[in-house]
Amino acid sequence: MSEILSVKPTALRVERSTFSPLFTLGGVIAVAAFFTLAPWILAASWVSILSNFFILVIMATMWNLLAGYAGMVSIGQQGFVGLGAYATLYLALKGMNPFVAIPFAALICGVIAIPITFLLLRLRGGYFSVATWVVADSAMLLILSVAYLGGGTGKYMPGLLSLSPTTLNHDVYLATWFGALVVLVGTYLLLRSRVGLLLSSMRDNEIAARSAGAKVTTTRRMIYVVAAIGCGVAGAVLAVSQPFVQPGNEFQLQFAAEMLFTSMIGGLGTIEGPILGSIIFFTLQQSLQNWGAWYLIIFGSLAVVVAIWQPRGLWGAIRDRFHVELLPVGYRVKEPRA
Amino acid sequence: MSLLQLEGISKRFGRVVVADEISFQLEPGTSLGIIGPNGAGKSSMFGLISGDLKPDAGTIRFNGTELLGVKASSRCRMGIGRTYQIPQPFEHLTVFENALLAAQQGARARGTESYDVAYDALRRTGMDELANRPAGSLGLLHRKRLELSRALATRPRLLLLDEIAGGLTDPEVLGLTEVIKDLQSSGIAIIWIEHVVRALLSTVSRLLCLANGTVIADGDPHEVLASEAVRAVYLGGKIINEAPLS
Repeated sequence: MSEILSVKPTALRVERSTFSPLFTLGGVIAVAAFFTLAPWILAASWVSILSNFFILVIMATMWNLLAGYAGMVSIGQQGFVGLGAYATLYLALKGMNPFVAIPFAALICGVIAIPITFLLLRLRGGYFSVATWVVADSAMLLILSVAYLGGGTGKYMPGLLSLSPTTLNHDVYLATWFGALVVLVGTYLLLRSRVGLLLSSMRDNEIAARSAGAKVTTTRRMIYVVAAIGCGVAGAVLAVSQPFVQPGNEFQLQFAAEMLFTSMIGGLGTIEGPILGSIIFFTLQQSLQNWGAWYLIIFGSLAVVVAIWQPRGLWGAIRDRFHVELLPVGYRVKEPRA
Repeated sequence: MSLLQLEGISKRFGRVVVADEISFQLEPGTSLGIIGPNGAGKSSMFGLISGDLKPDAGTIRFNGTELLGVKASSRCRMGIGRTYQIPQPFEHLTVFENALLAAQQGARARGTESYDVAYDALRRTGMDELANRPAGSLGLLHRKRLELSRALATRPRLLLLDEIAGGLTDPEVLGLTEVIKDLQSSGIAIIWIEHVVRALLSTVSRLLCLANGTVIADGDPHEVLASEAVRAVYLGGKIINEAPLS
């Protein structure tokens, strides 16, 4: 960096949100308090539905970060869900409390993701997508061959049998909720930071971003690792919630479909979109579950309708119509004092 | 030591030669205008300096450092700022955010310092009034100015301007040359590719003419324009309008 230009400090006032941050903070705290106390407020059936909901929110948020913000359309994130589940199982088999193992399992996923990026980031577009799927399937095949982790039949997560069903249900719920909270707050803070602006610029014009000094590939690598960690959290909490860990359950391609569906319906490239998408997905799933195959047909039709008429997703439509942002990340210059 | 030094730079796309053993130097804080017919290899040369293109042969040194294998983003961080002939704004970001990205990445500025660097670049280019406008809604003049603001917010030692006056009206060009003179006076070295020769003549002290990827003239602007080689390239006619801008 040169020191030729002497920059006059302007006492510039730059605002980060369109309305009071206190209002946002208050809203977040109220929502957080409600969900933390939910097991004592809501019926047990609702509590386990919410657990699954939060797992989906984590996966959708991570997929949106990857595809919606960093332009990496992965259909292999179920690989990291599976690895997160199995890392938890492994640590639990080694004697660690499964709940304590969750963050460690997520970190293991992040570490595994680093070398993979050197392979994947050489590829673009559709080739990248296919390669992510190959990576996910290879990970599953690798796990299948490890007898210690139960091979193809799977294994019970140890360390949970001593808990009563009610306590286990509560603990699982709290794990999924805190997992979702950490992932959401982390994603929001990341997107509010320099990285958020960097990702938005890369999404708009990659070449211009590079010539303005942006390290595009390094940024993609970082986001891929973050998404692997996030999906690892989802896999880890999924494993303790089941708690029978089996390759066919943890490495489901359906996870990739659900992440894609929820992000797209809700609005790609917005923080709010995947959350809204997950709400829609769960509402539909709960109300259509007795319709058999019809519910998949309705999901598919909805995705097609949104893709054609509302490509920016539901939250995109709301934002364009009402100019609202619940979680603002932009910058607004307020009149500078000369 | 020269700020920028090109030695025997060659680049071809298939059978099209865009650079054929180009060599020249630029001293710190000086300005160089580049003219040449369409397809002469002017923009490609910027691509080679900024790192968007890789040369087939030759070396480029910036501030003494060999640039071979240095990525475009790193070259920007070393102090090479560039604009594009067709403006490349981040359309979904505001004008301020466009400059802020450059300040945070190119100039490695942090926190409120990055706000100051970005806003200073907007003020120098007359874009401060439009700070909160989405870049996608800007007209041509403002897009060109935004290119300049963004390059400036990377705090360059060398600024590469690619036809930044192209397509603008005379008063607009005049305003832009004032901005560029201000940048020159603050010590930034400038290489300016331009078809609007009058704009160049009012700002640069040296002119270089490219044709078919080779340097056919380099030196005092008026001498270069008067030279036989340059006249021949421009079909012998007095196509270049040298009358001063009013």
